[in-house]
Amino acid sequence: MSSDLASRASQSKDISRNKKKLDGKGQFWLVFRYFALTILFVIAALPIYIMVINSVKGVTGVNQSAAFLPPTSLNFGAWGPTWKILREPMIRTLVFVLQSSIISAIIGSINGYVFAKWRFKGSTFIFTTFLFGMFIPYQAIMIPLTQFNRWAGIGGTIYVLVFAHVIYGIPICTLIFRNYYQAIPNELIEAARVDGAGMVHIFRTIILPLSIPGFVVVLIWQFTSAWNDFLFAIFLTGGSPKLSVATTALNFITGSGNQVYYGNNMTASLIVSIPTLLVYMFLGRYFLRGLLSGSLKG
Amino acid sequence: MIGWTLKFSFSNRTSAWKKDNSFAGFARYTELLQDPEFTHAFSNLLKFTIVFMVGTMISGLIMALLLEKGIKGEGFFRSTYLYPMAISFIAMGTSWRWLMDSAQGPKATGLNLIFEKMHLTFLENAWYTSIKSSMFAMALPAIWQMSGYVMALFLAGFRGIPDDLREAARVDGASEYKIYRHILFPQLSPTFLTILIILGHISMKVFDLIYGIASKGYVTKVLAIYMWQVIFDFQNYAKGAAIAVVILVLIAVVVIPYLIYVSKTEEAK
Repeated sequence: MSSDLASRASQSKDISRNKKKLDGKGQFWLVFRYFALTILFVIAALPIYIMVINSVKGVTGVNQSAAFLPPTSLNFGAWGPTWKILREPMIRTLVFVLQSSIISAIIGSINGYVFAKWRFKGSTFIFTTFLFGMFIPYQAIMIPLTQFNRWAGIGGTIYVLVFAHVIYGIPICTLIFRNYYQAIPNELIEAARVDGAGMVHIFRTIILPLSIPGFVVVLIWQFTSAWNDFLFAIFLTGGSPKLSVATTALNFITGSGNQVYYGNNMTASLIVSIPTLLVYMFLGRYFLRGLLSGSLKG
Repeated sequence: MIGWTLKFSFSNRTSAWKKDNSFAGFARYTELLQDPEFTHAFSNLLKFTIVFMVGTMISGLIMALLLEKGIKGEGFFRSTYLYPMAISFIAMGTSWRWLMDSAQGPKATGLNLIFEKMHLTFLENAWYTSIKSSMFAMALPAIWQMSGYVMALFLAGFRGIPDDLREAARVDGASEYKIYRHILFPQLSPTFLTILIILGHISMKVFDLIYGIASKGYVTKVLAIYMWQVIFDFQNYAKGAAIAVVILVLIAVVVIPYLIYVSKTEEAK
């Protein structure tokens, strides 16, 4: 299933075995491929390159015509003040993102278990409805969500975001866990059932211990998407500074009117991107797996 | 929740202080149709969707084709192509806003500066600030962000095809081009479909990206931006809900048949 999909896409193809001598044409194509790959590399890396080099040029990054060039001297002048503004929102984001990811991972794993191993009449239909939930745009539920929050008494607190991301995370988490659990052989569960273990007991003693990689995938996925979310954040918090999270705080810094302070803006953007970039760098394999699970078919 | 939004969209709640929730039928929708801002946002969205989908497909496929047979350093290239997916658009918007700065000629910055230096002045343009090129310019960062994802999907697709198939065709004397055209691509049609659906639904609800770069500017307005404006700036909840419903319907039309198809094939297994 999707884990095969991910391993297919994430493992480099073994090229050693077809290392036959390249003829002239083959060599030309090899050079061509590297050339094309390098061009694409430059394009892909350009925006982050701009961000990094301009974040060490001080607050304004004065010289526009040299903006593509690396700085002649390191100037971290923009880092202190930006960090001061971003520190509190980033910690707040971290806390709420962790909460919402953990909750939705747990719910997702229970759902996924039921859908994968305890099929009941109509479960395919319900599962398909779940999947549709993945495609519902944020916009379609935003207005009632604010009213619901007020009704539930969590309006104006960070829990509006926890709640929103949990709800939105359930479909994708369920899907990832379902695919993951489908790879667990049914015999294992049958055997436990013969021994008299119930549904919950099997889940606790057999499924959960096997779920660690699944949890890593789901947590990373939820972490990244909740951290990077802007629409819910700006909408549900109403731009209140008490509730500003990483993306809204960043938008406040870089928003219209402040566009001349490029050095400052780039620094702020970089700081906000660091957590997700770190996750990507160190756990990229799991990140990719989460991405591909979103594609349903594997 | 969706029902709630629907109810709103059929109501008279056109301002925050006039708490009138009476039923208004399709009044909000007919209003939308006559609203030039709405049709403008709608056509912008269509343009964006077409450019974005075609562009991402092509560049993702090129990346996958280049990597597909395996090459030294594959992992390195693959990770660089994919990293944009991990970054918020509010953050990357800063870079892109600078890259797509509209200043031209001697004052050029960003991409225009590169074109200026390379004497490709005809390529310099106003990017997202001109109504002519706005949606093309906006599609650029979107393509940049999603190409790596499409590449990963294609790669997974290619690698799911057994090598024997290729070998067999090669033995039969098929050229590389013919192998791709007649053997590999037909096998990938489910992958193509999946990618179309994913890109399509992302495109319909696009918001962060455009907001991050151009805020609420008129030339780059799409449905999601307009909805936001209607709700926040004009406090017209009913109309905002109606726009949300339009977005939802657009997505549903594409996604529901796909999901039914997927669940049918799952059941057949």
